[in-house]
Amino acid sequence: MPQPRWEHFEHQADIGIRGYGTDPATAFEQAALALTGIVTGLELVKDSEMTEITCEETELELLFVDWLNALIYQMAIKKMLFSRFKINISNGILTALAWGENVDITRHQPAVEIKGATYTELGVFQTENEWVAQCVVDV
Amino acid sequence: MDINRLERVSDFQWKILPQGKMQVPAIIFASENLIKEMDDKVYEQVTNVAMLPGIVNASYAMPDAHWGYGFPIGGVAAFDPQQGGVISAGGVGFDISCGVRTLHTGLKPEQVIEVQDELANMLYYKIPAGVGSTGLINLNNHEMNEMLTGGARWAVEQGYGLFKDLERIEEQGCIEGAEPDQVSDHAKKRQKHEMGTLGSGNHYLEVQRVVEIFDHEIAQTFGIKLNDIKVSIHCGSRGLGHQIGTEFLKKMLVNAKEYGINLPDRELACAPIHSNLGKNYLGAMRAAINCALANREIVTHLTREAFEQIFPGIELKLLYDVSHNICKPEQHLINGVSQELYVHRKGATRAYGPGHPSLPQDFQNSGQPVLIGGTMDTASYILAGTRESMQLAYGSACHGAGRCMSRRQATRQWQGNKLIQELAHQGIQIRSPSPRGVAEEAPGAYKDVSTVVEAADQAGLARMVAKLEPMICIKG
Repeated sequence: MPQPRWEHFEHQADIGIRGYGTDPATAFEQAALALTGIVTGLELVKDSEMTEITCEETELELLFVDWLNALIYQMAIKKMLFSRFKINISNGILTALAWGENVDITRHQPAVEIKGATYTELGVFQTENEWVAQCVVDV
Repeated sequence: MDINRLERVSDFQWKILPQGKMQVPAIIFASENLIKEMDDKVYEQVTNVAMLPGIVNASYAMPDAHWGYGFPIGGVAAFDPQQGGVISAGGVGFDISCGVRTLHTGLKPEQVIEVQDELANMLYYKIPAGVGSTGLINLNNHEMNEMLTGGARWAVEQGYGLFKDLERIEEQGCIEGAEPDQVSDHAKKRQKHEMGTLGSGNHYLEVQRVVEIFDHEIAQTFGIKLNDIKVSIHCGSRGLGHQIGTEFLKKMLVNAKEYGINLPDRELACAPIHSNLGKNYLGAMRAAINCALANREIVTHLTREAFEQIFPGIELKLLYDVSHNICKPEQHLINGVSQELYVHRKGATRAYGPGHPSLPQDFQNSGQPVLIGGTMDTASYILAGTRESMQLAYGSACHGAGRCMSRRQATRQWQGNKLIQELAHQGIQIRSPSPRGVAEEAPGAYKDVSTVVEAADQAGLARMVAKLEPMICIKG
């Protein structure tokens, strides 16, 4: 079974994020790490503070975008970056714990602010042995 | 893009005839070379837009068109509310009313060179830029609603900016019909600490030098002379606009079926203009337009404060302020009859020609100043709207150079700190909290802005007036 992991993919104006995991929840967690990776190096973000996030949506792909946008909202209003996630998805309800810290301009040197997750290149699907969750993010 | 898939109308106009579900043709304004460099996604997106209900004449792409979301960036489309026309949250984008304004300084290059470091530091100190930055103004609920209905006019009444700025702003600084009640608490909360901030990504504040004049008569009307120093500010509606875009995109997507709309791409989520959802979005989007106009006015106030510190008594007059992510009802001649259409400009600048009633008296003969942003070591351009443009693409032109390389590729190719040093050697001072952000915005990641602007000029979309090169660039 492949390890959970994340990557970025190309979009001409912006950037795509992709998470891989054993189930949708793990793939969503990995995609969220890719989201932070757009802003700064993940290794620079301490996981000292916890935030709880909940979303509700029956269609899995739309739930993925809702999750990312809920996270982007928390990043924006709390001026935080997150580096660790634990997600549970059950009957269209996603509950997540996100650990991170306040943005530190000197230490994080954040490259870009994230405006929103888009439906471009959106997909949540299963391959032979793992789940993939991906979309393009507007920065 | 394979040029053989297009029909040549002229050297700078190319057509895709309606096929499949396209209601109208798609038209791309660009040179042959620009077309060949364009991503195939532009073809797909400009033709998808042509499938939307109530679209009039054609789906257009400007010379800087590149792969966007739903609409190409550099996309223009107008919809007739009487023919089931739609308004699309995706067609406006997340950064509602993002735009550019340019200020005169009355300074000459030697005056700036003498204090270039100091001025760059002062601007960087005064103007909050980048991720996590907060503005000095915190709005309570009542003030937030006042700002969302008042726009730049509200900002000026609060002491940020000058009353005489207002006539030089699209919609005189305040668009009517904003409905703060349609703006969610989340959107307002996201904006609470962001008034008067620049943002990040391709947003910037530049101190620029006029290096070339193409049209002396119009330049004189605009108040532009060779070697003038100008300031250009590129930013938008900040978190409020992003949140409104996010929320309405989802609402329009899940309700599309109910409205009988078959979306060719989820990102083209839209609603009939006359539907409740369409009206609600219009009210919220107009509030975001006012937020962007207020934001640019406050950033201008901070810019004036910074200049005042270095050049006591200096006056920075506004040349013009125009948005490039927007949808507005406008009157246009269709088969000789004036009709109200909802014109979407996604990464496209309004470029009204001479004589248009919405332009200030000063620009009645010249046409509207069209402000085109370049990159941090190339050039920006000022153009003027043409009469011809009104017939070509509803009075629209390009908005910038347009990316030709992804952010990821750019960070692989350039190092931010090295780039900042190199540009300093060339006489361009960059200030940014993020070297990686600078690398992602490297000039080489963009198309050649000159080629794009020349194509806009040759296509008749707008007329080249002046070229400006950066001396100081504040990046978020």
